[in-house]
Amino acid sequence: MSQPESAVADAQAGGRSGQEPLAKLAKRYGLRRAIARPRFPVYLRQLWQRRHFILTYATSRNVTKYSNSALGQLWQVLTPLLNAGIYFLMFGLILGGNKNIDNYPAFLLTGMFIFTFTQRTVTAGAKSISGNLSMIRALHFPRASLPLAYTIQELQQLAISMGVLLALVVATQEWPTWYWLMIPVVLLLQTMFNVGAGLVVARLGATMRDLNQLLPFITRTWLYASGVFFSIQDKVVDAAQLPQWVANVMYLNPAASFIEWMREILIATHNPEYGHHPPPMVWMSCVFWAVFALGFGFWFFWRSEERYGRG
Amino acid sequence: MAELTKELSQVKGDKPAVPGKDVRVHPNPEPPGKRPLDVPTGTPTVIVDDLHIVYRVYGAASDNEKGNAVNALTRILKRQGRPQMKEVHAVKGVTFVAYHGDAIGIVGRNGSGKSTLLRAIAGLLPPHEGAVYTDGQPSLLGVNAALMRELTGERNIVLGCYAMGMTPAEVREKYQEIVDFSGIDEFVQLPMSTYSSGMGARLRFAISSAKTHDVLLIDEALATGDREFRKKSEGRIRQIRESAGTVFLVAHDLRVIEETCNRVIWLHKGKIKMDGDPKEVIAAYNKG
Repeated sequence: MSQPESAVADAQAGGRSGQEPLAKLAKRYGLRRAIARPRFPVYLRQLWQRRHFILTYATSRNVTKYSNSALGQLWQVLTPLLNAGIYFLMFGLILGGNKNIDNYPAFLLTGMFIFTFTQRTVTAGAKSISGNLSMIRALHFPRASLPLAYTIQELQQLAISMGVLLALVVATQEWPTWYWLMIPVVLLLQTMFNVGAGLVVARLGATMRDLNQLLPFITRTWLYASGVFFSIQDKVVDAAQLPQWVANVMYLNPAASFIEWMREILIATHNPEYGHHPPPMVWMSCVFWAVFALGFGFWFFWRSEERYGRG
Repeated sequence: MAELTKELSQVKGDKPAVPGKDVRVHPNPEPPGKRPLDVPTGTPTVIVDDLHIVYRVYGAASDNEKGNAVNALTRILKRQGRPQMKEVHAVKGVTFVAYHGDAIGIVGRNGSGKSTLLRAIAGLLPPHEGAVYTDGQPSLLGVNAALMRELTGERNIVLGCYAMGMTPAEVREKYQEIVDFSGIDEFVQLPMSTYSSGMGARLRFAISSAKTHDVLLIDEALATGDREFRKKSEGRIRQIRESAGTVFLVAHDLRVIEETCNRVIWLHKGKIKMDGDPKEVIAAYNKG
């Protein structure tokens, strides 16, 4: 039987069939529940319809990011340059670099810039939901727009960083080759991985509120495990005498794979036995992570769509 | 049986703890035909069925606990959970039906659950219990959340329109209309951070009302702005109602509600205390 309160409201609403439960009334007029998660394909289509918002939001965030500084947008170039300077000073000159690696500066900078792209996307993605609660509570849009916009913002930043990186690599006398045409392919795969990873941490960050405090430690551990400052093969197998499979597993981590591939492209003396081609294990790992992370990320994020913005 | 009487007492007497100052609760004394605006076509657009909203608030440390690390650790060791997290039961069993052409004002004191109710109708807060059924997608007039102070008015108009889900063609079409309606003229080239609060409010209202909504939820948007702009925006709300939409309006300025609405709901501590003709409800609200 209908609840008394519903009956009251129903009667008040015009004396229609006094006892009809509201749920039935809603059904009769084709009203739907306000909160309902669309099916996955529908969700992706809605997301595609929001592409203009995603792009505009990402660009706007990049525009406003440096709006309080005197140098403004110049920081987009200065930040990666200064970073490169510090890494080179620290690891190249003070710590003496790595004697086993020819062209250590290019080795280090490539690793650092590629890793930074993933690291920044993941860090930003973790805040993309929890930092936009007011927007989520006021507007309707597929929530995945936010982590996506954050990834695109980092991608726009990366376009500038890559310019800086290529200039620096050429300055270490690694001349452009036809293999440079593969750079966009690697970056595309890495972006796919970043989108997926960003979506996963966005959902985690929306509920696990301590994630933002933990992330710096996680990403730093990841940084050290990805062979940014050193060659995994040298340190793990040759120096530490660990079995080869440990090094292989470390190379299979997505960040290390993308870094390795980019180093193969940019640095002639990196693994000379492969030329500029990546070892099969590396490129397969890259493709796997890109496809898997993208698919899983969207699915994982969508599963919780209607719950964002609640707590 | 006991359950039923309990429920019935809830219907009649709002809350036993607060002995009813106003016993003439909830049931609308006015037959619908006598509403000022005879528009209700009998087709409901929004049905709110025994809605409960509970949301969590973080970081609200109470007085007796100091926010240092030692206390945080003892708390975890004593397994006291997370006391910074509080549950707020903001809406407690609200039920009503809204129709085409209705403009419903919602009044109530601060913290009575007005804004929460609007968010729930908009589908932005999931119900803890009960349900909200709507025709189409109700939208909250709340584009401000997407705007950025450091951007120019121009860029904000584009961003805001996209945030509401417009296409580039629609944005081009509406752009001039938004600028004209807001009346900010050449300020549109300047960052929004340089606007006066009235100008900002005007631009925000102009952007968010540029889109045609079936069900529009307005939360305190008309409070700011000068008299002329208030007239303009009231005109726009009337337009929306005439195009068979439904408007919900939350405002502390009772005059605005009395002038624009044909029905008023009085929320008190998350429950409906009264629902009916604007004049009567507002008179009772002013007394209570």
